[in-house]
Amino acid sequence: MRPVDTIRFGLGSLGSNRVRTALMLLAMSIGVAAVVLLTGIGNGARLYIVDKFAALGTNLVIIIPGRAETANNTPATLVGETPRDLTLEDALAVMRSELVERVAPLNIGELSAVRQGLERQVPVLGSTASFLQIHHLQLSQGSFLPDEDWDIARPVCILGSKVYQELFGRQAALGELIRLGGYRCRVIGILDSEGRSLGFDTQELVIVPVAFAQMLYNTSGLFRILVEGKDQESLARLKTHIKTTIAKRHYGEEDVTIITQDSILATFDKILKSLTLTVAGIAAISLVVAGILIMNVMLMSVAQRTAEIGLCKALGGTRRQIMAMLVCEALLLSVIGGILGLLIGFAGAWGIAQVYPELTTTPPLWAVVAAMATALGTGLVFSLLPAGRAARLDPIRALAGR
Amino acid sequence: MIELSDICRTFAVGGQEVRAMDHVCLAIGAGEYLSIMGPSGSGKSTLLNIIGLLDTPNSGTYLLDGRDVTSLGDEQLAATRSLKIGFIFQFFHLISRLTATENIELPLMLAGVPARQRHQRSAPLIDSFGLGNRRHHRPDELSGGQRQRVAIARAVINQPAVLLADEPTGNLDRSSGAEIIELLEELNRGGQTLVIVTHDPEIGERARRLVRVVDGRLASDSGG
Repeated sequence: MRPVDTIRFGLGSLGSNRVRTALMLLAMSIGVAAVVLLTGIGNGARLYIVDKFAALGTNLVIIIPGRAETANNTPATLVGETPRDLTLEDALAVMRSELVERVAPLNIGELSAVRQGLERQVPVLGSTASFLQIHHLQLSQGSFLPDEDWDIARPVCILGSKVYQELFGRQAALGELIRLGGYRCRVIGILDSEGRSLGFDTQELVIVPVAFAQMLYNTSGLFRILVEGKDQESLARLKTHIKTTIAKRHYGEEDVTIITQDSILATFDKILKSLTLTVAGIAAISLVVAGILIMNVMLMSVAQRTAEIGLCKALGGTRRQIMAMLVCEALLLSVIGGILGLLIGFAGAWGIAQVYPELTTTPPLWAVVAAMATALGTGLVFSLLPAGRAARLDPIRALAGR
Repeated sequence: MIELSDICRTFAVGGQEVRAMDHVCLAIGAGEYLSIMGPSGSGKSTLLNIIGLLDTPNSGTYLLDGRDVTSLGDEQLAATRSLKIGFIFQFFHLISRLTATENIELPLMLAGVPARQRHQRSAPLIDSFGLGNRRHHRPDELSGGQRQRVAIARAVINQPAVLLADEPTGNLDRSSGAEIIELLEELNRGGQTLVIVTHDPEIGERARRLVRVVDGRLASDSGG
């Protein structure tokens, strides 16, 4: 029997019992659609979060004062107590390595910003010129902090877009003076409204030189030091470099916590990936259920069609041909159901993307392949039993309808 | 061309052995016209099924065209059935979703003949069987006589040497039954061996040779 004829015969057989076929297609397509859609959503969520982290810079190492032995890489380290301050000198020392691309010391606090009777509490962040690149910030007007010695407490500031709007309205702000915690300082730049930084809303931020911030807060310590490595591969070496450098400066004590952006990212990535897989696995169970349905319906169908099967044997059909015909029917169901499922799944993913445009819900290729493979696999496996039963039918009894 | 010797066939029915064929010897030559008669349960259908390779005997030898066919595997049995034997059944056994043409071409399809060649072979047959205006009709749109004609066309499409008919008129009225018998006899005149199993003495006695089966044994044989 030629493959074309086997397929046509199978299609004819499927077409002759529309309701049965439609039900099996429905089960199969729902299974495939579920796999495709759920992995699409899971993957979309993963990409979304990974993207958010990547916006912070993937080679980033964060030095936090204080040691957190037991709670590494958890939010607890972010509020840890500080036994010994990190200083600008620590940051400068860390910078002296070929592994380091740039360093930005960070100081943060909240002050009142005043301009012509308008007053507002704002988070004021002290840093250096390299903060711009490390945090991938964009300026809409003016310039960022000047690239000069870190200990120059130049009274200048860069305003977040919201702060600018609230203090200046639509007036020009560049070159104007505002008061920050009692000190006058000149506005030299405005940040773009795109606030894509985890941890703070850059729209509500005022950035000043780090030495000026230390003066405003009356401290010589730093909130943290951001270090951007040259590349991903040398991050581990960079971490040791930081550890030894700081320890040397802190009388041999390792009293800082070093977090890599990378490790946080990897953790999130791992969690979300396994979540996606779990969800896909649950959806795949529905595919197997569809396969069992196919088996049951095919067993019924074989029982109904014994005469036809017996006839094919009497007319020169071999056992293998009878098997092939029935397995082909099941595979046709799987393929058609699978394609329908893919269409439904992709339509669903597209629909979700319309509602949540920030989520890229396009199902990953592996999910499409896995869903189709599972559909075909269950179709094949669960049709073997009914097909084998049909092939072993005694033609005489089958023809007699017994 | 058909040589059955010492054929036995037993069935186990409810733990009891039923002997459907009891040391049967029968030789049928090429081009013969033979009818098998006997009461119900006498084993005439079993005999036909063994000749048609649908059933295998428990003992004895069956030479078809000089070749022992009792020990063939599934593939070879199927191939032999396909090439040498054409079946005609009492209940026609047409596939209801296929058209007359598709039903007739079914053995060719199973044998792996491409669609175009199938068509070339079925078209003249359909015309000569008087089914020219029924070729795209499905079985439920055909009369009983037409259905049996389609079944006969299906049986002969591979030009088998032997035609085996199991009560071919059993489900037809008198006049269409007569037409079917005439059609079969015409095919026999064309050289094909014809074996008919029947209850109907009128049909049985038309055959040139009449074999009676009683209790799994050949009770009488007018020829041979």
